Amino acid sequence: MKSRFTPLLAGLVLAVSSLTVQADEVQVAVAANFTAPMQKIAAEFEKDTGHKALLVFGATGKLYAQIKNGAPFQVFLAADDKTPAKLEAEGDTVPGSRFTYAIGTLVLWSAKPGFVDEQGEVLKKGQFKHLAMTNPKTAPYGAAAVTTLTKLGLFDALQSKFVTGENVSQTYQFVMTGNAELGFIALSQVMTDGQLSGGSTWIVPADLHEPIRQDAAILAKGQNQPAARALVEYLKGDKAAAIIKSYGYAL
Amino acid sequence: MLSEANVAAVWLTLKLATITTVILLIVGTPIAWWLARTHSKWKGVIGAVVALPLVLPPTVLGFYLLIALGPHGPVGQLTQFLGWGILPFTFAGLVVASVFYSMPFVVQPLQQAFEAIGARPLEVAATLRASPWDAFFTVVLPLAKPGFITASILGFAHTVGEFGVVLMIGGNIPEKTRVVSVQIYDHVEALEYAEAHVLAGGMLLFSFLVLLALYSRKGTSTWK
Repeated sequence: MKSRFTPLLAGLVLAVSSLTVQADEVQVAVAANFTAPMQKIAAEFEKDTGHKALLVFGATGKLYAQIKNGAPFQVFLAADDKTPAKLEAEGDTVPGSRFTYAIGTLVLWSAKPGFVDEQGEVLKKGQFKHLAMTNPKTAPYGAAAVTTLTKLGLFDALQSKFVTGENVSQTYQFVMTGNAELGFIALSQVMTDGQLSGGSTWIVPADLHEPIRQDAAILAKGQNQPAARALVEYLKGDKAAAIIKSYGYAL
Repeated sequence: MLSEANVAAVWLTLKLATITTVILLIVGTPIAWWLARTHSKWKGVIGAVVALPLVLPPTVLGFYLLIALGPHGPVGQLTQFLGWGILPFTFAGLVVASVFYSMPFVVQPLQQAFEAIGARPLEVAATLRASPWDAFFTVVLPLAKPGFITASILGFAHTVGEFGVVLMIGGNIPEKTRVVSVQIYDHVEALEYAEAHVLAGGMLLFSFLVLLALYSRKGTSTWK
């Protein structure tokens, strides 16, 4: 029996040791709205540098709580600028590493073609049961949706129709399944390669809400980690910029 | 100590758990009875279906419920046809989801209680000319009382502790679908840790007391 397992064991040892020898890994906490572009950027990053980026997606507030409680993340890409600033003030980031990696675009979207018009008039007509948005208390895309509705003078009229997702991915899910007829999500969720991918969309004008500045920072656990620094530099580079823009973010 | 929003969430949770438990006792009793008595080849299938929520992640259940109850899903088509609209984002929707989700916690203790009673007391009742219904209510129910207590406690407590399914089909609407577990999650996400502690601590205490009551009932084993 022993002899039969020896090669297996040797193979296992080899596999494990090759894992540790491999180029550096960087663990990245990423806001849910940036899921698609980040997956693409991480793939390119690995191809170009040999470093591997392990991505964890979630709501910014949840990721903050995890970082404060010892999560092993080395880089944080938030959905807002407040959370990274807070982490910096609390000494949980590498000082001076904070920067804006993308500016988000809010859209009103329906899975039904023709349901949302290009001026957002559908909101005034109010002929729908549920308007989905992300929790405005915790998510910048939710807060921007509330500001937009307030500026349009529609907040009070529509408040009873709100359903809120925990993060933009869940809000998208509510709308995609048709349970909510329409909802405020991130343009990045319905845009690939510069094209809108279906349904109907109103791109909310930027002057209707505060800019959705999305900041990133190297976290304390990423200090002295070449891969973490390399990823941040990569995010600032032209290749990443092109990907980020192709999903409808501004820079 | 409790903010208005927290009180609303607690109240909603208790209401959801109570209604769910009552429905489950009504629906679960015949299912448990059938499972305890039948020799049908379907016993295994039905038993497995009832037990599914024990092993399925709530996200799977929530995801399929969202699709099935949605406007394009089979249940959603039916509820729309009946003029009820769709169930996600409503309290009724949460009740439906909770009934599925907590089903095994009610059916299994009942089934075990019925199995423990066996056929003998019913045969005796029949020789005394009790009708099957009469026998069920005057013989089986009193004998299975500990099973009913366990089923009620577990069904109630498990519904109170529900999170993933509610998150996925609830839409987080105050006083309609924002139950305590979701409210805690919100507080944590909004970094309102003090508020989160009040509710989370309350949940911990509640759950412990429920289980303490369950495990310290003298002379009865837990699942009967």
